[in-house]
Amino acid sequence: MFDYLQYVRQENFPHIWCSGCGDGIVLKALIRSMDKLGLSQDETVMVSGIGCSSRTPGYVDINTLHTTHGRALAFATGVKIANPDLNVIVVTGDGDATAIGGNHFIHAARRNIDLTVLLYNNYIYGMTGGQCSPTTPRGAYASTAQHGNLEPPFNISGLAIAAGASFVARGDVYNVKKLETLIGKALQKKGFSLVEVVSPCPTAFGRRNRMARPVKMMEQLRDTVVSVEKWEKMTDEERKGKFRTGILKDIEKPEFTAEYAKLIEKMRPEE
Amino acid sequence: MAGEQSASKKPAVITVNTVWCKGCEICVAFCPKDCLEMEGGKCKVARPDDCIKCMLCELRCPDFAITVE
Repeated sequence: MFDYLQYVRQENFPHIWCSGCGDGIVLKALIRSMDKLGLSQDETVMVSGIGCSSRTPGYVDINTLHTTHGRALAFATGVKIANPDLNVIVVTGDGDATAIGGNHFIHAARRNIDLTVLLYNNYIYGMTGGQCSPTTPRGAYASTAQHGNLEPPFNISGLAIAAGASFVARGDVYNVKKLETLIGKALQKKGFSLVEVVSPCPTAFGRRNRMARPVKMMEQLRDTVVSVEKWEKMTDEERKGKFRTGILKDIEKPEFTAEYAKLIEKMRPEE
Repeated sequence: MAGEQSASKKPAVITVNTVWCKGCEICVAFCPKDCLEMEGGKCKVARPDDCIKCMLCELRCPDFAITVE
């Protein structure tokens, strides 16, 4: 048994998320990773924008900042630059980070500032009523795509890799132990690190796409997730309809706040 | 056998917080030993003696509602 209660604001429970929503599973994986790494609750800041995923800070007993739509990364950048010693975690969603906050997302990755971003990808705008998000799959139904979505989706991890992030991983809420490991690695990484978490939304996405039961969405995850190692050995035909999870990129490159500190040292007038 | 006497063989204590449980059925569906059932829209511990403490129900519960000791 893991004691989550020391990390949560119990007065806010039961939480607002719908029955079967994956967001609670991600939060628990994050709490276990934080505990394993011994991150101090007083020296950790969680920043979020707007959306279902962005309700997360309300439930964790650390320093939290619930900001404006899409701007979580901008606020987090400010927090990190003001006090680089803090662990800054950004919790955001597919709509928040890649539509409204798309520019903040690519530029935070390009800048390679030491933030850990947990991006809950549920393929939809859940809170506002099931509108298409930038990751809604082609052909899927949404309240703004009554006859099926015509647009191709963003590959969020691919976007972060292309934009210059130093650590990019993808996890899912069915394989929870793996998710916990990936979050732990992201928290330890010095640089912009993203964990894209595929998390089901039975209410806004599932009900419109013949997966109204939360169990059905979890089964679909179980059947479509492939590890990066196995992915490499698969043919294009076998990869159809599947996606890979694991570490997609992990490189070393200059980190923004470290470079900034060096610049301050360099500019300091000599005694 | 000696192994069966070890501390890990203590029967599991599964606790469900029915106020926090939202009845998503994820714990019931993915329990490898079929220990849990649904009752009145909430999770109910039906066969605790079969539990092997794999912890999957606790790990996957989105509502922080189930613990295994």
